[in-house]
Amino acid sequence: MEHSGLIMKFAWLIPAIPLMSFILVGLVLRPLSKRIAGLAATAAIFICAALAYLLAWQYFSCAAHEYAAVVPVTFEWLRYQAGLSVQMGVLVDPISVLLMVVVTTVSALVHLYSIGYMHEDEGYGRFFTYLNLFTFSMLGLVAAVNIVQMYVFWELVGVSSFLLIGFYYKKHSAVSASNKAFIVTRFADLGFLTGILILGYYGFKFFADTSAGQTGPFDFAYLNSAAFTTKIASMPSGIFDFSILTLSMVLVFMGAAGKSAMFPLHIWLPDAMEGPTPVSALIHAATMVVAGVYLVARLFPAFAASGSALMMVAYVGAFTSLFAAIIGITQDDIKRVLAFSTLSQIGYMMLALGVATPAHPLGYTASMFHLFTHAFFKALLFLAAGAVIHAVSTNNIWEMGGLRKKMPITHITFLIAALAIAGIYPFAGFFSKDEILASALGNGHTLIFAVTLTVAALTAVYMFRIYFVAFTGEPRTHHALHAHEAPKIMLIPLIVLAILSAIAGFVPMGSFVHIGTAPHGGINHAIAIAASAAAVLGIAAAWFFYAGQTARAASAAKAFGIIYLAAKQKFYIDEIYIFITKSILFRFVASPIAWFDRHIVDGGVNLSGFLTRMTGQRLRYTQTGQVQTYGFWFAGGLLLVMLIIWAAIGVKS
Amino acid sequence: MIEFLSSLTPGPHHWLVLSSILFSIGLYGVLSRSNAVGVLMSVEIMLNSAAMNFVIFNKYISPGAVDGQIMAIFAIAVAAAEAVVGMAIFVAIYRRCWSIDVSTMDLMKD
Repeated sequence: MEHSGLIMKFAWLIPAIPLMSFILVGLVLRPLSKRIAGLAATAAIFICAALAYLLAWQYFSCAAHEYAAVVPVTFEWLRYQAGLSVQMGVLVDPISVLLMVVVTTVSALVHLYSIGYMHEDEGYGRFFTYLNLFTFSMLGLVAAVNIVQMYVFWELVGVSSFLLIGFYYKKHSAVSASNKAFIVTRFADLGFLTGILILGYYGFKFFADTSAGQTGPFDFAYLNSAAFTTKIASMPSGIFDFSILTLSMVLVFMGAAGKSAMFPLHIWLPDAMEGPTPVSALIHAATMVVAGVYLVARLFPAFAASGSALMMVAYVGAFTSLFAAIIGITQDDIKRVLAFSTLSQIGYMMLALGVATPAHPLGYTASMFHLFTHAFFKALLFLAAGAVIHAVSTNNIWEMGGLRKKMPITHITFLIAALAIAGIYPFAGFFSKDEILASALGNGHTLIFAVTLTVAALTAVYMFRIYFVAFTGEPRTHHALHAHEAPKIMLIPLIVLAILSAIAGFVPMGSFVHIGTAPHGGINHAIAIAASAAAVLGIAAAWFFYAGQTARAASAAKAFGIIYLAAKQKFYIDEIYIFITKSILFRFVASPIAWFDRHIVDGGVNLSGFLTRMTGQRLRYTQTGQVQTYGFWFAGGLLLVMLIIWAAIGVKS
Repeated sequence: MIEFLSSLTPGPHHWLVLSSILFSIGLYGVLSRSNAVGVLMSVEIMLNSAAMNFVIFNKYISPGAVDGQIMAIFAIAVAAAEAVVGMAIFVAIYRRCWSIDVSTMDLMKD
């Protein structure tokens, strides 16, 4: 199989175009004209998307069905010594091509949407600059050939996410949300980095024996190779019963969990909704937050070689999906509901990866499939929510209502996305969710299957709760009454995404993206019926409680009592964090260290300064300014030197 | 008596001691005189003691040559020129401060 096509050689342009556009727009165009800056940034991403489609078409259209990983472009970035070098390059394999298509598509549509959405914002040019930076970083992450390159871009997406969450930097809540996101993900990345270092250490140690033509010990191909994983799987790490492999995979997963906002590192994502809505759609729904899933998928053979690490992925994913779905039902801020929904759906992707095994890898395909479909319908949900927020100037769903007639196109697209996420045939979510459920049941994880099915019902509830409250019934406020449809430039992305959300499920993902043997395509009918029943039940429940009136919802909330209150307060996770950090860490660790720093370390520095100054004060009096004093010291010194020489040498003869 | 005295020919040590005494007197003067002219005179004494060393060593180490004497004359000429410059500076200082007391000159302190 030969990938000698022209587009393959120019695959590096896919991440490079947004970089060039970022520099051009940020430094040259932005000060000139914000209108041109926005258009140029958008055009660059559209070119990028076109290249990604060409690449995908060429890659997947080759005759063989085993799609090998190809590295068309690479250069040496760091070289420490022979056998320990780090490359930068572009890796083309099924999942990276898939992610490139998703990222460029959603990014291009979000750019287009932002031209309308950010129209009146004074930071218009800055916004597009950041968006381009983000797109570049994300594409670099996706195309990473080794784990160090991935880490570099991993941090870059973190920075762009930070910049965009804190985009309204005059708003205090946005600034603290951006800090929170950055600190939490940085904390998680500490684990990731430690994992990389452990892998690199042992990778280098065994590189000569176990490598098979890889360029360095950080290459994914090497880290995933059976020769390497079996070698370190048999070495004890000394921490619990973990082998070196399990330990490093758990640490790497910590980074993935931070970026993908898995419990208990999920706390930053709901707050990240302080950023502009297009940012939430692009970064905090469709692309960056699935980077963790992508990382686990990238290292899937290594995770699979350590069974316990993969089990942890499965249970963390399953717990997060259930946990976030429960909170999602109780929130009133439309973007926060969507944020918790994102958490829940990423939990799905994680658990699908977790239940997959090298022998039955359906979950791997299912996870990537769900990532693919979720990107479209979740971006659509956010963009539609953005259009609504744009129209009614509030995030609270109880201040909306009756928007179905005021905003018909937004309404239809939102409905399609809601049906897709709920998993109603024939919308996209149905197919990917079915595959996840089938993979969980197929590999004998009954508990996870039950959780997944429950979450499917809860997803339908919280999504149609928003739908019924915001779009049906009577307008509840003055703003909702006078809402009007969004401008055309915002509607086009909505329509495109709605079409994608409707048809993306028909992509035969199994034949494109799989690990090991290609799974059988098609729908498992028993599971499909169960999942659809759960979704319909959820929609019915949402209709029963929220359509038209709220008395039933209020009484239901009262019936659940304390559970409802706890869920409304997000199970007090934020408060627990604050308690742990403020009352324990700050008081017992940080404050003593700060005291030590201020008094002992700074005190030592101040003391040396004080001593020097005092000595200077005293010595000042020797400086009389009179030549005779200096002469005296000179003569005395000379005499002293002569005496020393005399004493040292002595008098000859 | 005369013969005894004439037999006491001074050797190099005597001359060098004389030169050292002159140098020390000059150094003492430089460090202790408060009148600038006095300081200058003391410097001249020190210079002369150094010039004297040239002559002494010339006489006792290479009596045939005159290098030391030439150097001594050279030093005297330089000292004369230097004295002129020094006096000129004192005149300038006197015009400015109405005093040539070196103990009041402490501009270097600032």
